[in-house]
Amino acid sequence: MSTYTATVTVRLKHGVLDPEAETTKGALQRLGFELSALRAADVYELDLEADDEADARERADEMAERLLANPTIHDYEVSVTEADSEQ
Amino acid sequence: MTVAVIQFGGSNCDRDAVRALNYLDIDAERVWHEDGLPADTTGIILPGGFSYGDYLRAGAMAARSPIMDDVRTAAEDGTPVLGVCNGAQVGSESGLTGGAFTTNKSARFQCEHVHLRVENADTPWTAEFEEGDVIEVPIAHGEGRFEITDDRYDELEANDQILFRYCDEDGNLTDEANPNGSTGNVAGILGDRESVAVLMPHPERSTLPDIGGTDGQTILTGFRA
Repeated sequence: MSTYTATVTVRLKHGVLDPEAETTKGALQRLGFELSALRAADVYELDLEADDEADARERADEMAERLLANPTIHDYEVSVTEADSEQ
Repeated sequence: MTVAVIQFGGSNCDRDAVRALNYLDIDAERVWHEDGLPADTTGIILPGGFSYGDYLRAGAMAARSPIMDDVRTAAEDGTPVLGVCNGAQVGSESGLTGGAFTTNKSARFQCEHVHLRVENADTPWTAEFEEGDVIEVPIAHGEGRFEITDDRYDELEANDQILFRYCDEDGNLTDEANPNGSTGNVAGILGDRESVAVLMPHPERSTLPDIGGTDGQTILTGFRA
């Protein structure tokens, strides 16, 4: 068993309106910044003990499916790093 | 026999729902989610509020609490289930009904009276209406914009599962009458059975004559059926 960090990024599907992102974009523009679009996403970092990277990925994937993302409006992606390798 | 009004941490329309049902001579009681459904449950309300602080997504936490397994089983057995506001979000997140309720198009909390057009009068909730009738009820939500994939939306329409749509006082489906930017002006939908429904507006807040408006009464009388 090793310690892995699975990073789950959940974002709205393409085409689903994001009023909070639109409001944030407007606030940036009022501050004088120039930008054409702003997309927001939620990032979850999960530390878990797993047999290998594939095991960690599979479990994070299931957590995203069951709770972290809502498949009606969200897409998500999972990336996994071995915790020790970062230090 | 009793209608179980399920109270989650952060529910705040549970008392209103019990009072409204009692006013209609329908027996109802608040049930703490950890206590499970009473044996004599004849109906279930998932009430409004801000269960678990709307953490993650509105309704996401309550939808995964153990009592929702019992609610799903009861719903499949034909027990009437009505999700109101946060209860609609819980119902949607738990898979009782399709689609999702997410941030209002305005990005603001909308608290106002709206008009609804009855889209399907062949349900316990709308039995006293005709299709096309217009009623007035209040809304109070920040995450009520109904979103659904195109193919699932087509299925809802084909299966007559759309219960109410936001409209103007004459029954026209306009953008101006759509308070939150919902797909197809949808305000309430049915689950797999007509006895399972969720809606963002509050029928329990338009039942007691003293607080203005009684159009919600006919929805709640669905528990008598």
